[in-house]
Amino acid sequence: MLLFPLPHFPRFPIYSCSSSATKRRGTAMAAKLLSRLRQLDTRLISLQHQRPFFRNARLFSGQQIPSSDSHPSLPPTPTPTPLPPPSAGSAGEKRQRTSSLKDHELAKFAAISDTWWDSEGPFKPLHAMNPTRLAFIRSTLCRHFSKDPNVPKPFDGLEIVDVGCGGGILSEPLARLGATVTGVDAVEKNIKIAHLHADLDPTTSTIDYVCTTAEKLVEEGRQFDAVMSLEVIEHVADPAEFCKSLAALTRPGGAVVISTINRSIRAYAAAIVAAEYILHWLPRGTHQWSSFLTPEELVMILKRSSIDVEEMAGFVLNPLTGKWLLSDDVSVNFIAFATKKAEG
Amino acid sequence: MNRLVVRRTLYSNHHQPKCPWKRGFCSGGEAAAAAPASSASSGQLNHKDGSFAGDDQPYDLAIVGGGMVGMALACSLATKPLTKHLKVAIIDSNPALANKLSIKREDPPDPRVSTVTPATISYFQDAGAWQYVQQHRHAFFDKMQVWDYTGLGYTTYDARDVYKDVLGCVVENRVLHSSLLSRIEDTDVQKTIYPSRLASMIRYPSSSVKADDNTREASYIKAGLVKLEMSDGSSLYTKLVVGADGAKSQVRNLAGFKTTGWNYSQNAIICTVEHSVGNHTAWQRFLPGGPIALLPIGDNFSNIVWTMSPKQASDLTVMNEDEFVKAVNQAMDNGYGPHPKSNFSNGSNKFSFLGGNLTMSTNESFEVPPKVVKLASKRAAFPLSLMHANDYVAKRIVLIGDAAHAVHPLAGQGVNLGFGDAFTLSRIIGEGVAVGTDIGEVSLLRKYEAERKPANIAMMAVLDGFQKIYSVDFGPLNVLRAAAFHAANYISPLKRGIISYASGEQRLPIFP
Repeated sequence: MLLFPLPHFPRFPIYSCSSSATKRRGTAMAAKLLSRLRQLDTRLISLQHQRPFFRNARLFSGQQIPSSDSHPSLPPTPTPTPLPPPSAGSAGEKRQRTSSLKDHELAKFAAISDTWWDSEGPFKPLHAMNPTRLAFIRSTLCRHFSKDPNVPKPFDGLEIVDVGCGGGILSEPLARLGATVTGVDAVEKNIKIAHLHADLDPTTSTIDYVCTTAEKLVEEGRQFDAVMSLEVIEHVADPAEFCKSLAALTRPGGAVVISTINRSIRAYAAAIVAAEYILHWLPRGTHQWSSFLTPEELVMILKRSSIDVEEMAGFVLNPLTGKWLLSDDVSVNFIAFATKKAEG
Repeated sequence: MNRLVVRRTLYSNHHQPKCPWKRGFCSGGEAAAAAPASSASSGQLNHKDGSFAGDDQPYDLAIVGGGMVGMALACSLATKPLTKHLKVAIIDSNPALANKLSIKREDPPDPRVSTVTPATISYFQDAGAWQYVQQHRHAFFDKMQVWDYTGLGYTTYDARDVYKDVLGCVVENRVLHSSLLSRIEDTDVQKTIYPSRLASMIRYPSSSVKADDNTREASYIKAGLVKLEMSDGSSLYTKLVVGADGAKSQVRNLAGFKTTGWNYSQNAIICTVEHSVGNHTAWQRFLPGGPIALLPIGDNFSNIVWTMSPKQASDLTVMNEDEFVKAVNQAMDNGYGPHPKSNFSNGSNKFSFLGGNLTMSTNESFEVPPKVVKLASKRAAFPLSLMHANDYVAKRIVLIGDAAHAVHPLAGQGVNLGFGDAFTLSRIIGEGVAVGTDIGEVSLLRKYEAERKPANIAMMAVLDGFQKIYSVDFGPLNVLRAAAFHAANYISPLKRGIISYASGEQRLPIFP
């Protein structure tokens, strides 16, 4: 029997039927690749019956996965990669891709909130990665908003929302850098933990943690100068809709920063096989390879929401020193900085 | 806009009974029970709780120990744009911090001096404190001669071997200290000095306790902070405690850091002496009991550091001044053994195949150090030991300088390691602030440890090795040592490597 799940290729067309001529041209090569993949997929499907095959429609088809919840594309709590917490009963189970996808995603992370903040504990790689992604965010945001980076609080005056904030590992440094931060997460427990921890420091106690979703925030009409969504989009049921919500949350001329994992073979080896099965940094089943997005796809879906990706960088882990570095190699983890056109 | 504020008042709203059981490191639970009720509202967590009233806002850093290394850290933080906003408290009962002593040029040099390496000089220059050192007595030296009592070999080092102007500079400790203080006063950064000694330290664990327990609230409101209590009753809260309080560090003891080390059965005598002529070279002779070093301090004065057994040290300290001067002259000249023969290279060097240009100092003949004319200060003796803390950091606590490591003075490296620690920690804190990290976060502090520990351990190993090799008088070993002198003198790449490692330009002895 297989020791770990084989990568599950998306089976349905990536691009929706309403494609224009320009899109058809651009997608010809991708379509050829997809058709080859689909053939491979059919063979795989026949091997693994328990793998339901409609979950692939995530990317662009616009089909909603039927869900009992009224907010189908709820962004669940993010797990940054790689992340090794004590898992709660998710070892080795094959997930049912049903309408309770959201619940499953949420349940995965609720169990691990307690150990979020121990920087030498199970979340050590996340804490190690945090300064690197903050360095990227700091330099891109300072450049975009013309802020002086050589001051301790360069983000003074900026309103930032952290969608899928988890325990607040990203929100707190942003607040210390001077921003007015709103942290949003769908799991109540995470918000509680984040709140508790943020209150320890007067600088971070001003963070507004809300247990809600991006869609609800859009409905409330909130808007922010910068929208952060790190390591969330690979857990979302419908990334295209999610990106539309992120875009709606951004003011014109504002910035969006998204980080996720590339859908490449290297990422499969690193983020799933190595992180989940060999090193046990993450509970098995945290990530699904088919939910990963390639940089090109991310750029496309953001473009559809009128957000232009301006910069992209990869994160590379040096296994000897345990340090994360920014690099041009986007084949595993990558982060993208994008902007919304200013009005007029 | 000088902001060195000295606090002498007690804080009545934080009256802490001095219970013996509270000494030392205790966990948050007991402290929460003993802590006075915070004025936070009951039950829920508010964003802005009122548990810190007025002056008692928590500090970002508390530097325990305001010596050279502690003030170097404070000065470096104060002069960088990213860190000058940090609230720093300095805990030291030394009155020199509050009222700066004026150092007059006419005074004879204080016997406590340090040799600062070019690397340390450049740190000082970056922080802007070197200009103040230059206003006082200081002595650059560009030549160094090392030999031993057997007379079998000697080595001369010259700064021009590595195409530099100086090998180092000898400065009195009080001059270094006051220069750092002057620099801090220049900047309008607020630093608060607590003129007392640290009595106890309580670290509140960062807890994920449920938010509905009233009595717990006091403890996790202060979680993520360390409470320092002073011997005069005052106390403060801080995010990060820096232990810069010397070899007998109170912070290290309270925090429970384990140390490794041993006592050398040697004491060192230090004093200032005067010559009739100027001295611009550093001299070091290894005697059977230990090395004697003669370092120029400027204005015809030199500093002596003479290592020997405790018995000999006490004898030499009590003998009268003339006898002592005679003993010193003998030790530097003909006593204990003959002069080494000068090397006269006949143009080609048998080691020139190893490459590199021949260093200038290879051809220098052996010189006798200038005679000491009189003693210019009291003699002081102190015991020598090696000590290294197994860890430099723990949650919210970090050690720098002698609190983390103590070495033998035979190469003048001790305080340079300490300055290296201080300036590195300041840089790491700056990097942490740049990405919004909580500066007490142990993962940030580990970066400092990872940078300094290997360098410190390597240097300690080299110095300890020297000390051990020279403490044995054994024929074949003496010949080996002489061979080592010759090797260092003739093999130019080796000599350059030694100079650049000792100057702090190279971080580790083998891999640069």
